[in-house]
Amino acid sequence: MKDINIVAEARIRVEDVAKNFTLHAQGGQRIPVLAGAGFEVREGECVALLGESGSGKSSMMRMLYGNYRTEGGRIWIRRDLDDGEEPERRWVDVASAPPHDVLELRRRTLGYVSQFLRVIPRVSALHVVAEPMCAAGMDCDLAKERARALLSRLRIREALWGLSPLTFSGGEQQRVNIARGFAHRFPILLLDEPTASLDAVNRDTVLTLIEEARDGGVSVVGIFHDPAARERLGCRGIDVAAFAAAA
Amino acid sequence: MIGEPIFEVDGLTKLYGARVGCRDVSFELRAGEVLAVVGESGSGKSTLLACASGELEPSEGAVRYLWGGVRGGAPYFRDVWRDLSEPERRLLRRSDWSFVHQDPREGLRMGVSAGGNIGERLMATGGRHYGRIRSAASDWLTRVEIETDRIDDRPIAFSGGMRQRLQIARALSTEPRIVFMDEPTGGLDVSVQARLLDLIRRLVAEHQLTVVIVTHDLAVARLLAHRMIVMRGGSVVESGLTDQILDDPQHAYSQLLVSSILQA
Repeated sequence: MKDINIVAEARIRVEDVAKNFTLHAQGGQRIPVLAGAGFEVREGECVALLGESGSGKSSMMRMLYGNYRTEGGRIWIRRDLDDGEEPERRWVDVASAPPHDVLELRRRTLGYVSQFLRVIPRVSALHVVAEPMCAAGMDCDLAKERARALLSRLRIREALWGLSPLTFSGGEQQRVNIARGFAHRFPILLLDEPTASLDAVNRDTVLTLIEEARDGGVSVVGIFHDPAARERLGCRGIDVAAFAAAA
Repeated sequence: MIGEPIFEVDGLTKLYGARVGCRDVSFELRAGEVLAVVGESGSGKSTLLACASGELEPSEGAVRYLWGGVRGGAPYFRDVWRDLSEPERRLLRRSDWSFVHQDPREGLRMGVSAGGNIGERLMATGGRHYGRIRSAASDWLTRVEIETDRIDDRPIAFSGGMRQRLQIARALSTEPRIVFMDEPTGGLDVSVQARLLDLIRRLVAEHQLTVVIVTHDLAVARLLAHRMIVMRGGSVVESGLTDQILDDPQHAYSQLLVSSILQA
């Protein structure tokens, strides 16, 4: 648990965010999704995005990562820099930041576990997991060591580590994806259905990983269709449907 | 890892008489960054690449590169078409810069051995010692996964995928900072393509290579590029993070491109 003397501060601030899709192939039809979305996520907190399918949970999550563009409003992400003499803290607005700033956030601040693994064919599972740590500046041999530990913990058989995860089963692919997301210790983790398609044992391991991250001060934002998972993680729910844009 | 800006294309236009090759294109590149240029045939991608890589003189606009010059002085942004003489530009294009063609026959000398193809580029930048050049060539063949006992074979005896890997070895042997690639995986079997993608990805990471890659294959762009520009009719219609353009395209033409991909 977090030391109660330390006041958990915000790491994400979403302010008045709007999202529409314009479909040019359908004569420029405009589909409003979200309007006036606003919430905060603090250190060591788990936030679950709630709402029916199509309510904009995934869109919200993708906007936090800078994967979807934002029509209006601001998405402030706190970036803590500790390479200089003085630790520095800077707020970056993903909604308006230039591409390089978003890439830099993704390198060391924002971790994202999507539902699908997208990797170059032929690259080994071990490398896929170690790569984000190397990219974030960790010694690559150390990164591989940590990758091995994570893959074992997630019960990926050692015989598979040298193979491309594209040849793995769905559940194995998802565990590789999770290992990759948890490899570098990102201060913010965005998780899109992290336990879907996992058996009970692996589901438990993944939830424990999330708990450990959260207890270490990581801010977790997730889409969990499994209410028991939300409950176990003690997530605060945010109903995305409340931000539905008027059609 | 991405470093400081080293290259810039500013308001670049190329006209072929009255016909537009490309119009008013601008972008910046940082060290270690991969930029994909996508669009259909005739969209101006290759014209842009030819102008940016110092092969074809633009009608308007500038191409600037952070360079110390022939004698390796303090680097500053030099206008490749206005500040450099023809010999300087030629030297730049065979040292700091490199080009990988879609057709390996354009980037290789088909009558010269594999080792000779790599050695030739090394000699053009001042390599003189035969033994060292041969061992560098053999080292590069290993890196692109060509058996070193093929070093004396001519590329005419190689498969398409091997030729392409040899062209990449030749292009990278002088350790360039920027590599311009024109459809490097076009026309290859998918398994060969995957091997090349893996190779390019590794070389980018190991050498902090900066790459401009022209491709019509959006999957290639997704796997390799940090940023992307979408061209149509000679102009840039959209630019930004690769995954953002592919997952949330804004322009009508980008939406059409993305929605036209066949799902495997």
